[in-house]
Amino acid sequence: MRKRPHEFFIETAIFLAGTVSIFFVILIFIFLLKEGLALFRTVSLWDFLAGKDWYPISQPPKFGALPLVLGSLWVTLGAIVVSVPVGVACAVYIGEVAPRWLRETLKASVEFLAAIPSIVLGFIGLVTLVPLVQNIFHLPTGLTALSGSLMLGFMAMPTIVSIMEDALSVVPKSYREGALALGATPWQTIWRVVIPAASSGVIAAVMLGIGRVIGETMAVMMITGNAARIPTTLLEPVRTMTATIAAEMGEAVQGSPHYQSLFAIGIVLFIFTFIINLTADFFLHREMADLKKPRKK
Amino acid sequence: MVMGVSKTKIDIQGLSVSYGPIQSLKNVSFKVNEFEILGVIGPASSGKTSLLRAFNRLSDENPLFRMEGKVLLDGVDIYKKMDVPTLRKKIGMVFALPTPLPLSIFDNIAYGPRLHGIHRHSELEAIVEKSLRSSFLWDEAKDRLKTPAMKLSGGQQQRLCIARTLAVEPEVILFDEPCSGLDPIATAHVEEAMGVLKEKYTLILVTNNTKQAARVSDRTAFFLMGELVEIDRTEKIFTVPSDQRTEDYISGRFG
Amino acid sequence: MIRLNPRLTQNVAFAFLFFSTLLIIVPVFCILFIVVRNGLPALNWEFVSAYPRLGMRAGGIFPAIVGTVYLVLGAFVFSLPVGILAAIYLSEYAKDHWLKRVVEVAIVNLAGVPSVVYGLFGLGLFVFFLKFGASIIAGSLTLGIMSLPVIITASREALGAVPRSFREVSLALGATKWQTIRRAVLPNALPGILTGTILALSRAAGETAPILFTVAAFYLPRLPKSIFDQCMALPYHLYVIATQVPNVKPSIQYGTALVLIFLVLAMNIVAIVIRARFRKRKLW
Repeated sequence: MRKRPHEFFIETAIFLAGTVSIFFVILIFIFLLKEGLALFRTVSLWDFLAGKDWYPISQPPKFGALPLVLGSLWVTLGAIVVSVPVGVACAVYIGEVAPRWLRETLKASVEFLAAIPSIVLGFIGLVTLVPLVQNIFHLPTGLTALSGSLMLGFMAMPTIVSIMEDALSVVPKSYREGALALGATPWQTIWRVVIPAASSGVIAAVMLGIGRVIGETMAVMMITGNAARIPTTLLEPVRTMTATIAAEMGEAVQGSPHYQSLFAIGIVLFIFTFIINLTADFFLHREMADLKKPRKK
Repeated sequence: MVMGVSKTKIDIQGLSVSYGPIQSLKNVSFKVNEFEILGVIGPASSGKTSLLRAFNRLSDENPLFRMEGKVLLDGVDIYKKMDVPTLRKKIGMVFALPTPLPLSIFDNIAYGPRLHGIHRHSELEAIVEKSLRSSFLWDEAKDRLKTPAMKLSGGQQQRLCIARTLAVEPEVILFDEPCSGLDPIATAHVEEAMGVLKEKYTLILVTNNTKQAARVSDRTAFFLMGELVEIDRTEKIFTVPSDQRTEDYISGRFG
Repeated sequence: MIRLNPRLTQNVAFAFLFFSTLLIIVPVFCILFIVVRNGLPALNWEFVSAYPRLGMRAGGIFPAIVGTVYLVLGAFVFSLPVGILAAIYLSEYAKDHWLKRVVEVAIVNLAGVPSVVYGLFGLGLFVFFLKFGASIIAGSLTLGIMSLPVIITASREALGAVPRSFREVSLALGATKWQTIRRAVLPNALPGILTGTILALSRAAGETAPILFTVAAFYLPRLPKSIFDQCMALPYHLYVIATQVPNVKPSIQYGTALVLIFLVLAMNIVAIVIRARFRKRKLW
């Protein structure tokens, strides 16, 4: 019977491949650290994180990343404020209210949005949304944080809708039937029973939506303008961390402080999304576990 | 039936099996004779299925499985001195629900031989025919060997599973409640096949249907809550059993 | 306090839900409509088969299309085997202890890493450290790693959907674990695996940030000849003609966007068709 060693090789390969994801996460982090930490030989951590001036090509260069971090946060906040209510409402509509025949079409349409490459959405945003914002608010330019928030909020919809949908579908039918049997209207059932039961799902959806938005590069780069200043209102151009990396890497000389500073921003991004993903995963798991526990009397 | 000295095929010595906190077999010892049909009866959770799975070591697939004691096949310790795939080739199993693979009838039966290195089509054809004949399925299947096995009826599928097991030329065949999903006619077919098979193979039949055990098996073993209560010739078990619990189970006082 | 009529509340609430849904669905169709209406006029044989001329303002986008195809193929070649093997590990071999959980967390994290960070990683590792330079291989590997989480997850689901009885039957006939996987499990999971892989790669095809520094070229007069060459790519090309090159005709911009959408859509349709046909023919 031919058994080992040919089996031994393939099973070793399987085990190695299995752990490859851990390997890559660590590798990514290491490479970011390798290039990014080098910055802090010449620039202090405080100057980087709290410095308000991002002038990487001036003499002497200044690497204050605060405007970039705040830019990302502003745009993300705006996007979440827009997308979570609408996304949750849409998921509720599709999952609980829409007639069966419409459901699949709606789901497909939302998934179609997810399939559109972000560069295309950025382009469309550039030619439609930006002039619109400029006109409505009488601004010198429509390249603003608001435009970015709207577009990114829109792009985050599929993520939020699909997580919410999954969360809603895991809520046991008995919850709904029990409420209806007590005389609640369908809406009351949804509002008071189903959505609270899926609350972990809402949190997970928000977290993953944040992760999606904060990591978006191209659309943001094309729509938010590219002024690395701390914004005071949403109607100004801003620069996000992601856009900074994408826009400036082409000009940065390998090994220069500018190059290192972009990797340092990458570290910040990586840590942000790491925490966000861990939190979202935690909430997703908690929801599954919660709903499987027997109900308290 | 020859009642002389029968050779011991499987020797079970002090076998205890547990899955985590659940102990399914407690210190079981007995022998299985070559070329006999041994019926194993008992209520649910008596350990019958654990017993079978301990024989072909399918129990190994469960990470909580622990065993003590010895199981010897032709004198060889199957846990310490035998390589698992080889063991499973020698001890085949037919499951409770018919389990055809999503392949043609031919490929289902040829699956086993191909695993063990037989690839020449002429050899495979011979094996397929021989196996189907032995399980009394040849006449019904010979014109549709290339059609999907899942399109057969339940009884045919179960005979296919028997043929599939025969194709790897085992020495022992374990039947785990093989007729539980079958109607009486299909059941009769399977029992007929078993009666012929015992001339060349050792069969162990676990069944919930005591009457089936009475019909088919040479000896019968009664298990209750993981213990072997009694094992003897079938006529004796079903007429004058030694243990009161056996008597109670067979007469239907519990089950 | 006024008691609100529950029926009225429900009607208002449902209307809100409905309009929220429209708020998402309608723009999607509008976007599609805009791109098709403005891009279709540019689509002709010359557009997809010729090189750009006049600094991207005329001619075609052939090298960008080819470049994207190369990159996707390269990502496929790397990520499919690794992804399947990793999924097999998780589905068939890994015991329920801490290592499995760590792997799962790692996958979730890989999935969440921003695409531009992948670009940095690809730059640091493949372009500089391994000295591949900006090249198809650097870009493909970066896109491949980026696609891994989705491929692993989809493959794992596909493997898990194969009934346990297939494995038991195979083992009971004397197969080893790997033989069982190769002959009884994998063939039945393959359609699901392919569907997930193609969907993952369709996303990779549309990504710009990971290829910005690792492979994308502004303009190449010839097609790349080896995997160590740079290549053009559709997403990057759209970015360039939408923001870097002045006075590009809108129809060319929209046309490029349309071709990209077509490509991504085609891949999605292929994946969905595979999934649908498999579901129909599945006998179990």
